[in-house]
Amino acid sequence: MDLSYSAEEDAFRADVRAFLEAELPTDLAEKVRLGRDLTKAEMEGWHATLNARGWLAPNWPKAFGGTEWNAVQRHIFDEEAAAAHAPRVVPFGLSMLGPVLQKFGNEAQQNHWLPRILDGTDWWCQGYSEPGAGSDLASLKTRAVRDGDHYVVNGQKTWTTLGQHANMIFCLVRTDADAKQQEGISFLLIDMDTPGVEVRPIILLDGSHEVNEVWFTDVRVPVENLVGEENKGWTYAKYLLTHERTGLGGVGFSQAGLEAVKRIARAETHNGKPLIENTHFAARIAHIEIELRAMATTNLRAISKAAAGEAPGLEASMLKVKGSVIRQEINDLARRAVGPYAMPFASEGVAGANDTVPDPHDAGPVAAQYFNNRKLSIFGGSNEIQRGIIAKVAMGGGR
Amino acid sequence: MNFELTEERRMLQDTLRRYLRAEYSTERRNAILDSEAGYEPEIWRGLAELGVIGALFDEADGGFGGAGFDIAVVFEELGRAGVVEPLLDGALLAGRALAMAGRQDVVDALIGGEVQLAFAHYEPGGRYDLDFVRTAAVGGRLSGRKAVVMHAGAADHLVVSARDGDEIGLYLVAKDAAGLDIRDYPLLAGGRAGEVVLDGTPAEPLGLGYDALCGLIDLAVVAQCAEALGAMETAVALTQDYLMTRKQFGRPIGTFQALAHRMADLLIELEQARSAVINAAGMVGTDQQAATLAASKVLMGRVGQLVAEEAIQMHGGIAMTQEYELAHIAKRIVMADHRFGDADYHLERFIALSAA
Repeated sequence: MDLSYSAEEDAFRADVRAFLEAELPTDLAEKVRLGRDLTKAEMEGWHATLNARGWLAPNWPKAFGGTEWNAVQRHIFDEEAAAAHAPRVVPFGLSMLGPVLQKFGNEAQQNHWLPRILDGTDWWCQGYSEPGAGSDLASLKTRAVRDGDHYVVNGQKTWTTLGQHANMIFCLVRTDADAKQQEGISFLLIDMDTPGVEVRPIILLDGSHEVNEVWFTDVRVPVENLVGEENKGWTYAKYLLTHERTGLGGVGFSQAGLEAVKRIARAETHNGKPLIENTHFAARIAHIEIELRAMATTNLRAISKAAAGEAPGLEASMLKVKGSVIRQEINDLARRAVGPYAMPFASEGVAGANDTVPDPHDAGPVAAQYFNNRKLSIFGGSNEIQRGIIAKVAMGGGR
Repeated sequence: MNFELTEERRMLQDTLRRYLRAEYSTERRNAILDSEAGYEPEIWRGLAELGVIGALFDEADGGFGGAGFDIAVVFEELGRAGVVEPLLDGALLAGRALAMAGRQDVVDALIGGEVQLAFAHYEPGGRYDLDFVRTAAVGGRLSGRKAVVMHAGAADHLVVSARDGDEIGLYLVAKDAAGLDIRDYPLLAGGRAGEVVLDGTPAEPLGLGYDALCGLIDLAVVAQCAEALGAMETAVALTQDYLMTRKQFGRPIGTFQALAHRMADLLIELEQARSAVINAAGMVGTDQQAATLAASKVLMGRVGQLVAEEAIQMHGGIAMTQEYELAHIAKRIVMADHRFGDADYHLERFIALSAA
C-alpha cells in the first residue's frame, strides 16, 4: 500500500498545471466556475487549444492521434482541469464514438471520421435514448430499412445533449423488427443535414437548453455509414457504455464544488458570525467532505486497477451512484449556503438578466445548478439501473 | 378532539380548488412564468372575488377568517396548484401589518383585489436573521437596502422594516416615494422579486414594533408550510400516477419493489408533513406557537427536499423538463425552504426554545 503518486506522476501533474495556467483563458474559466452556458465557439476554441497541445484525446491510441495516457494520467488531468475550471471536453465524438470506430469501424471509416473529430470538423451527438425507452435502452423503436445503397430511417430520439450544435449523430436503430430485442439493432452514422432530420429543443427545469429531440422522417443514410455488422449494434453500444468509465465519480467536480461552498460559507453571516462556523452548516460540509475523501480513494483504486490492465468490475456502477449523490449533495449545500439569494433566477434565456439578478456571493446560479444536476442520477443509466447491476452481479439476479 | 375542517373552511377549500383546477392549468401557469409581469392580474382579481384574500383577515378587519386554519387551507390549495401570485407577501404579510396598524382603507382595497402590496424586511447579509435590520429611520425618512423583496416591482405600497435608534418598527412607503429604487428580476420558482434601495425615502410609521414583526413572520411560516404541503401533495400524486402508468422492461415501474417501497416512504412522510402543518396552524396564538412553528418548518424542509428529489428521480428524465408540471412544483417545494428561515435556522430555534 502506498497512497502517494510517483515522481513521474507528480511531474506530469506539474506539466498539466502549467499548461492550464498558460492556455486556459481567465474569462472562460470564470464562466465555467459560475456554471454559465458556454457558446459553441467557446467549446470549440478549448478543443482546438487542447488539440494543438496533442491532449484532446486522452483515451485514444497514439496511432489515431491520441495521448495514450494511462488511467492515472487521465485522472490527474481531469482533477487539474476541474480545479482550474476548464470546460469539459464534449465527450460524444472523443470518448464515445472514437473508441467504437477504433474497435469496430472499417479502415475507411477510421481514416475519414477520426481526424475530423480531432480537428473539430464534425460535432457529434448521441442518438440512443427514445421517448418511452429511458433506461430500458434496448426497447428502442427507430427503424432503418435497407433500400438499395441506403437505409431509410424513421423514428425519434430524445435527450440528445448539445444536438443543437451537432452536424453528425451516431444512432442505434432497429434493422430487424422480428429479432429478439437486443439482436435487431444496428449502429448508424447520420449526417444531420440530410433532409428529414429535425432537431427540437427541450428546455430543462432550470431554463437551460442542453438537450433536444431529434426526429427522423424518411432519412436516407448511405450504407457505408453502418458501423460494423448489421444487427450487431447492441454489442458496440454496450462497449461504448462500458468503455472509458474512469472519471465517473466526478471527484474533481466535487472537490471544486466543495471549495466553492466553503468560500460562500466564509463570506455569508448568520447571527453575526461566518456561516462556516455555524455548527449545523459546518457539520453538513464535514459529512460530505468525509464521504468525498473516501470516494476519492475508491476512485483511485479503480483507476489503479484499470492502469494495471485488469478488467473493470462493479466500480463503474458504484462510482456512478456514489459520485452522483455526492455531487448533488454539494449542489444542495451551495443553494443552502446562499440563503434567500438562492431564489433569484439568472436565466441564460433572458437578455441582460445576469446584469440585474443579484449574486452577492459571486456564486453563480447555484439553485438552478442544484435542479439541473438532478440529472446526474438519472442519465447514463439511472442510479436504480446501476444498483440493479450491482445486485445482480452480487446475488446472481436472485436465480 | 376533531380533525375535520369547519363547514366554512371546507367550502373555501372546495371553491378554491375548483377555481384553480379550471383557471390555473399547467399551460396557463407556464405562460405566467414566462410573462413580463410574473403574475396574472386576472387571477389575482379572481382570487379576491372568491374571498380568498378576505379569508386571511379577521371579521373585525373586514375579512371572514384570519385564524391559523384559514391561512393553512388557503395556502395549501395555492401550493397544490403551484400558484405564483404572491398572496403570502402581498396579502398576508403586508395586509395583516396594515390591518394591525388600522389602515382599513388599504386593507379594504386589498381584500377587494384593487391594490398590490409588498413586504420588505430581510436585508443583504442578514440571511434569515429576523433582527438584522440596518435600514435606518430618521425623521420619518428611511435609508437602507432590502433583499429579495417579493413582488416589489408591481407593488403600489411597501411595508418596510427599519430601525429608529434601538427600536425596529414597520413603515409604509408609496411606490412613487422619493429616493426609492427597485431593481426587479424573475425568481427560479416563479414570480418576481426586487432589490430595494431606500435613500431618505419618506415613510409613514405604522406604530408596529419588533413583536408585531415576529408575529407576522410566524403567520408567514404557517402559510409557507401549508403551501409547501399542497405542492408536496401534487408531487406525490403525480409520482404515484406515473409509477402506475409508465412501463419499462414490460411492466409498470411501480411494480418494481425498489420503487414501490420508496413510494411508500413518500406517503409516510407526507402524513408527517400534514400533521406538521396542522400543528403549526393549531398552535397559533398559544404559548406553544414559537416552538411548534420552528418544529414544523424543520420538518417541512426535510420532507420537502425528500419529496422533491424522489419525485424527480422516480419520474426520470420527464421530470427534468420545464413544461412538465412536476418541474415547477418541485422548485416551489425546495424554494419554500429559502423563505422565513431554512431547516437549519429553525432547528437552532427549536433547540433554543426547547432548552429554555
